[in-house]
Amino acid sequence: MTQQNRLVSGGRIDRSETLTFTYNGKKYQGHKGDTLASAMLANGIDVVARSFKYSRPRGIIASGAEEPNAVLQLGATEATQVPNVRATQQELFDGLVSASTNGWPSVDTDVMSLVGKVGGKMMPPGFYYKTFMFPESLWDTYESMIRKAAGIGRAPKEHDPDTYDAINQHCDVMVVGAGPAGLVAALTAARGGARVIIADEQNEFGGSLLDSSEQLDGKPASEWIRSIVEELSTFDDVLLLPRSTVNGYHDHNFLTIHERCSDHLADIAPVNSVRQRMHRVRAKWVVLATGAHERPLVYANNDVPGCMISGAVSAYINRYGVVPGNELVVMTTNDYGYQAAIDWANAGRTVAAIVDTRTESKGDRAETARQLGLNIITGSAVIDVQGSKRVTGVSIAPLDESGTKVTGSITKLKVDTVATSGGWSPVVHLSCHTGSRPVWDDSVVGFLPGPTIQKQLTAGGINGQYETSVALQEGLDAGLQALTNIGLEAVELVLPRVEQLTMTAPMILFHIPHIKPTSQAPKQFVDYQTDVTAAGIEIACREGFEAIEHVKRYTAMGFGTDQGKLGNINGMAVAAKALNKTIPETGTTVFRPNYTPIAFGAITGRHCGGLFEPERYTAMHKWHVEQGALFEDVGQWKRPWYYPKGNETMQDTLNRECLAVRDSVGILDASTLGKIDIQGKDAREFLGRVYTNAWAKLGVGKCRYGLMAGEDGMIFDDGVTACLAENHFLMTTTTGGAAHVLEWLEIYHQTEWPELEVYFTSVTDHWSTMTISGPNSRKLLEKLTDYDVSKENFAFMDWKAATVAGVPARVFRISFTGELSFEINVQANYGMQVWNAVIEAGKEFNITPYGTETMHVLRAEKGFIIVGQDTDGSVHAYDLGMPWAVSMQKPFSFIGKRGMQREDCVRPDRKQLVGLKTIDPNVVLPEGSQGVFDPKAPIPMPLVGHITSSYWSANLNRSIAMGFVKGGLDKMGEKVFYPLADGRVIEAEICSPVFLDPKGERQHV
Amino acid sequence: MLHIYCPHCAEYREEEEFHAAGQAHIVRPLDPDACTDKEWGEYLFFRKNPRGLHHELWVHSAGCRKFFNMTRDTQTYEIKEIYKIGEKPSVVDSSVPQEIASGAAS
Repeated sequence: MTQQNRLVSGGRIDRSETLTFTYNGKKYQGHKGDTLASAMLANGIDVVARSFKYSRPRGIIASGAEEPNAVLQLGATEATQVPNVRATQQELFDGLVSASTNGWPSVDTDVMSLVGKVGGKMMPPGFYYKTFMFPESLWDTYESMIRKAAGIGRAPKEHDPDTYDAINQHCDVMVVGAGPAGLVAALTAARGGARVIIADEQNEFGGSLLDSSEQLDGKPASEWIRSIVEELSTFDDVLLLPRSTVNGYHDHNFLTIHERCSDHLADIAPVNSVRQRMHRVRAKWVVLATGAHERPLVYANNDVPGCMISGAVSAYINRYGVVPGNELVVMTTNDYGYQAAIDWANAGRTVAAIVDTRTESKGDRAETARQLGLNIITGSAVIDVQGSKRVTGVSIAPLDESGTKVTGSITKLKVDTVATSGGWSPVVHLSCHTGSRPVWDDSVVGFLPGPTIQKQLTAGGINGQYETSVALQEGLDAGLQALTNIGLEAVELVLPRVEQLTMTAPMILFHIPHIKPTSQAPKQFVDYQTDVTAAGIEIACREGFEAIEHVKRYTAMGFGTDQGKLGNINGMAVAAKALNKTIPETGTTVFRPNYTPIAFGAITGRHCGGLFEPERYTAMHKWHVEQGALFEDVGQWKRPWYYPKGNETMQDTLNRECLAVRDSVGILDASTLGKIDIQGKDAREFLGRVYTNAWAKLGVGKCRYGLMAGEDGMIFDDGVTACLAENHFLMTTTTGGAAHVLEWLEIYHQTEWPELEVYFTSVTDHWSTMTISGPNSRKLLEKLTDYDVSKENFAFMDWKAATVAGVPARVFRISFTGELSFEINVQANYGMQVWNAVIEAGKEFNITPYGTETMHVLRAEKGFIIVGQDTDGSVHAYDLGMPWAVSMQKPFSFIGKRGMQREDCVRPDRKQLVGLKTIDPNVVLPEGSQGVFDPKAPIPMPLVGHITSSYWSANLNRSIAMGFVKGGLDKMGEKVFYPLADGRVIEAEICSPVFLDPKGERQHV
Repeated sequence: MLHIYCPHCAEYREEEEFHAAGQAHIVRPLDPDACTDKEWGEYLFFRKNPRGLHHELWVHSAGCRKFFNMTRDTQTYEIKEIYKIGEKPSVVDSSVPQEIASGAAS
């Protein structure tokens, strides 16, 4: 395939290096320095997409981030698929594989375009919603068909093989954009000694200068760019970031830069390279030198491939040595548009005409065009385009002075390319990200950055200053201002000489009229990516949408991945005209991060796979793994869930573990329970305020169970607290609640009761905790310690400092199983050693390790609650049947006391936690089942509460359950029915939740 | 992402180190048992949602773990001042009732 549109010389490409790439399965060639778009144009590829709604063929319009059509899928393999890549921003590399993303069976022959042709007039805004709304049940079906017919790219189905990185940066001056303004601003700041980062989305610095044939100091712009970049590179404190899009400007001068480190090299990043890197920058001052995007004009059939913006035509010629056609017509409202015709003519191809909507232009560019002998048609416009997969001709007609009416007869011209310029739109996107609204400026005919509280300066095109000389001066001013603002001395910098071109004022025109009214004229596209037309916007206005925000949402204008970079202003102008308002009266436009789409990988960085979230292991984790334990995530902790042996099912394992504990002895790793060390002379008083029960009389050496409630009275944590010394306590919390409880204690101490002298320290990780539980646990402990652990010397709810297996330990005689239990706490570094010693000593008792699931069953047999499973933030201690854990006599009105006395909290028919025994003892109720009193009640049946815990109890040889029942505490012996989704209705009897050993004799031995 | 000055550490740190803990100056009634359900309900549930100046409680949770107050503009996210627990804000919206400022015990 020849590159028929490639010029023999010129541009910034390296013709000696030929690169092969694939588009839609076909191989083509380009050169080093090409973008995918310039290479496609060089090869004469016209159709790059089918449009979203009407399936119309679309071609490349622009040359940068604003491109709405050439949004391609990249990737040679399934794993390296990347959707949403703008061909205009993707550098070409050898072996690049690309594909268009919609169109079936292909972009060249698309069946859906028939719908667009036939149904075009019948597909107004809201068409899909209006048409496919009913019946609602079929929407899912409709939607999947619609999505298949119109889509822009797909995610890979395999893991991305590349690595993505993130880095935090700080700087004095962050310069966004390395065009003439940005380069001068950066150099000024750098010479003044500031720490500078300058980032630009393009592969090389220079901005708009790269696209033009302009001269600085009488030399090609590239030479000036090179000298500036060379000097910037000499500063240690200047970071130059090409291929780096500043895609977000967040609060307090925090910016995110998306650097594409190896997207330009290969399908997969080279070995030891990252693919992309996210810079997170906190800057003292920001200089936005983001330039401007040229606005296309809105005219009939303006989406036929071959219709482009004029600046892009110049860019392809000057930068890439590609002329994207043979015969050009230019339509412009301003002097800049002439440049495309001049460049085209200088490239040796035919300029059919320059159509200027103004009555005349005396500017230097117009004069140059005249000297080249180009045909200039004034006071006219291209009102229509012929062709389907490529422009074949245009219709030109004279306009009235306001540009609202066609006033004369049509002239037809045979051309294959239409370049239009409706003026420029400053790239205000970043300035909007922090909430600042852009402000319309009539003299600029565009939005300028609005007032902001950010430490932000702007220079060049973003201010509506498009002449290089002015941009350079503004860059210098911004650089000097930044130096002053951060307290550095001003510096000297001599700006290069640039030729000043005279200009004639532009005409304010966005929407080119047709001989027919807009509603009957051929489609005049405003937003290419979402297929929004001028007629569509007029309909939206007619249907009553007056605010531009509503018009946008109704028509989907600006909702594409390009965020309407080309279309939004034109759309506002069309809406303003339809509503008979000015553009600023219509509203304003706001852009949000990200400026251009970025890969999820770049957001995720290294936080994926095993590094997605930290995992917390206890000191004995390795042992659990070796024993074949399965693990349960509790917060970030990995807790042993159960320890299957051989071919055991989970239930087999649980039965074995449960029986072993009650028959002999089991061991549980309880290290993950939150542990908070509390000290200070007011520690005891503080405990009394944050727990619902009393703490005043708890003696040294004693432990007590406590319930913690919020000010609303609802339980949110529980645990055992031990009195270590008069002013020293150790609080345990639930595994998942530890961090929250610590913050809870701190907030009350710091904000409500700072007069109390008390200190809190998390010691969760400092201790390893192993619970031995079962009738043989005392015999086991006796083997490991010389301390007297007899019933007489070591009572239930006591704790003792003892040496266990040669290691100093705190042993708590507390029980969550209802069995005789000892909780051995040792300094975490000794955890594994002591655990091994306990296991070894326990062999004669057939010591059985058990996990969280068995723990859950055993505690349920005793009716002990698990906060978060049997509570959900809407139950208080009385609902839980735990009045013994509330001390209403405490002098201080503890947290939760007033809350649980609210009118709603003392209703007798509140849902209360009870035990439930199924009538058929072999049936285990599913947790979450909703109960009813009358299973024959008409639907919707009144629900009376749900099952919170439900297990098979091997010890009781039947199922057991706990759950909420309205007024359940007064309904012992009554029946509740659980109708299930599978049609079964399970009948259960309300009972005490203490299924085993109601007198608590087993733990008191 | 906000850039927050911790008055205890005396340094600017990234927002990631902090937790917002809601509206500041919500004082726990000294005698909760004397409160009506309505009064208690207001203490429990009712919070301001201003467009503009807001006094907030923050904690340097991944730092010194200490709480402090912040006056922040909820529209611009500008932090107007940082002040310690027990201190009163100096930047106040004149439309805010006086009892809020006078009740600034916490």
